Amino acid sequence: MSDGWVPEIRPTDDMSAEERQRLVSSMRPEDAEPVPELHEVEVPDELKERIEAAMAKYPEVRSASLPGLWAVQRHYGWCTPDGIRQAAAVMGVTPGYLESVATFYDLFRTGPVGRHHVLVCHNLACWLRGSEDVLDAFCEAAGVDADEVDHIGASSEDGEVYLKAFECLGACDIAPMASIDERYYGPLTPDDARTVIDQLRAGADPIPDKALFGRETAGGPEPEPDPRVKKGETNLGAPGREAEEATGG
Amino acid sequence: MASQTRMLFRHIDEPGLASIETYRSLGGYRALERALKDIEPDELLTTLEDSGLRGRGGAGFSMGKKASFLPRGEMEKFLCCNADESEPGAFKDRELMSKNPHQLIEGIIIAAAAAGAGWAFIFIRGEYAQTADVLERAVEEAYRAGYIGENILDSGRRVELVVHRGAGAYICGEETALLDALEGKRGNPRLKPPFPAIQGLYGGPTLINNVETLSNVPHIVKNGADWFKSFGTEQSPGTKVVSVSGRVQRPGNYEVELGMPSRELIFGLAGGPFEGHEVKAWFPGGSSAPVLTAKELDLPYSFEAMAEAGSMLGSGSIIVADDTVSIPHLALRTARFYHHESCGKCTPCREGTNWTVKMLERVISGEATPMDLDVISSVQDNIIGHCLCVLGDSMAMPVGSMVAKFRDEFEAAIEAGRDAAPRPLDESPTDVKPVPLEAVR
Repeated sequence: MSDGWVPEIRPTDDMSAEERQRLVSSMRPEDAEPVPELHEVEVPDELKERIEAAMAKYPEVRSASLPGLWAVQRHYGWCTPDGIRQAAAVMGVTPGYLESVATFYDLFRTGPVGRHHVLVCHNLACWLRGSEDVLDAFCEAAGVDADEVDHIGASSEDGEVYLKAFECLGACDIAPMASIDERYYGPLTPDDARTVIDQLRAGADPIPDKALFGRETAGGPEPEPDPRVKKGETNLGAPGREAEEATGG
Repeated sequence: MASQTRMLFRHIDEPGLASIETYRSLGGYRALERALKDIEPDELLTTLEDSGLRGRGGAGFSMGKKASFLPRGEMEKFLCCNADESEPGAFKDRELMSKNPHQLIEGIIIAAAAAGAGWAFIFIRGEYAQTADVLERAVEEAYRAGYIGENILDSGRRVELVVHRGAGAYICGEETALLDALEGKRGNPRLKPPFPAIQGLYGGPTLINNVETLSNVPHIVKNGADWFKSFGTEQSPGTKVVSVSGRVQRPGNYEVELGMPSRELIFGLAGGPFEGHEVKAWFPGGSSAPVLTAKELDLPYSFEAMAEAGSMLGSGSIIVADDTVSIPHLALRTARFYHHESCGKCTPCREGTNWTVKMLERVISGEATPMDLDVISSVQDNIIGHCLCVLGDSMAMPVGSMVAKFRDEFEAAIEAGRDAAPRPLDESPTDVKPVPLEAVR
């Protein structure tokens, strides 16, 4: 911890059930973690500004929890205990509260991960179009354990790539697909997966020709508009009267 | 080729449509001007109710009726646009927001004015970062143009609009979990009643609508309820952006009039299954909908026809599985998703999704007995209707329907497993991926 703050008592995973019970029963309300004072915590200016801007946008301060954690994650790469404590100080809530929120959501990382985030969709539509092969190729190229990728995600040894099998990302039209550093790409082949990992390691923009954004709609070029739609577009007067005209009534 | 009817998708690929200038040059924001200057809020509500517009997020409830549930009078009210779109198979809102954000913003401000809401939020899933960037830019433009903020277009009305990014949780698409996430909490669903219309965000009356529902609002306000009802069927008026995906040749979003034969959608527009293959099962409304079979392909695609067939139109997302797909594997993949996304608050859902996954794994790995199928079915029956929200039901319905309609396949998997040594679970059914993907796009 940068400011020397260490929680005095905290249950850990390696405690026996007995130790844990003794610890819990010894806790008193006054031991509860306090809201950190802003003057006790050093917060980088940029982070502080971002969180304060988010707080100003909502009628209630707590609504800034998610944007606050996003700001922490963007600043440190993941939601570090220090970062969470800093955000808590700015927002006036306990770090434990923000931690409880951070652990609920899949996109917040509560441990250190690789620099580039690759989320590979393995839900129905992608699975039906071969996402398993794509995911395998990603794992192999990044040199990470497929089982770990399936559960909590895994980072490559060089720290460049964080890989996670993800539930539906909402781009079944380009299945099988992946979100690479928050951008959507697809449809992917196992070869694409290997290329992406190489390109990310080399610091290059991954497979630009497979990017989703800017792509035209699947229905093709604009068909001749329906006469009712066309009529509606020229409709500028009062609603009741014009509506009758528009439907030819 | 079957015909599309583009109302929301009109000009969808027009360069610069996401900018306020282009949107305005194509007639945008005129409905808002009219709604604020010429029409009383009550009249707006009546128009929306008369139009018969049904929610496009899944439940299909009348949008105008929902808005009319909000109490009248002076108090802080809220409007939330549900842009969490995390139902597997749904991707219509992504395209609507990424390409035409102002249509949505216009709809939100009109709906907020009708409901008397001073605050509006767009809750967009965190994965849609690119789309959220587009929306944030559009909201800023609309603020500068005076369409959002204090005293909109000199009408004396105030609406603030905030884009709120989620962080990856399917459950936040459930309306009360969405409210909790907006309040900065873990996204757990709330007990209903009280319904959000009475006590929602920050304890105030709250109207929650899907992106596509709100995108329809400017068109209805501009042209009237009767004009809108000239599209679609009597009980499902209007057009619908349908997301077609899975094992079809041209997956994508197609806007059609409701009531079009489902076959035309899947075969005519999406190109049907790959050559030499047939439709075996299809989800008509995202992965939560009970599956239908090839026999039901000629049903009209509408809220009422899908409900009559024992399924639902839901968010309007069709996922097609062809004859190469093993249904037990499909059921397992579906169940795993809901197991992962269950928030854990209600026991039937938390335990039911977990045990369904375990039992389906046993069916596939060859360790199950035929009796297990009855247990799977009874678990599904015991989830439905027993939780605070419908996440558990969303697994129970499709999985239950697969076991009921394709029982022979599950039985065959069990029989095959009896003779053979147990297969490793990860071994994918080899017949799931025969078609080269280059054939797609």
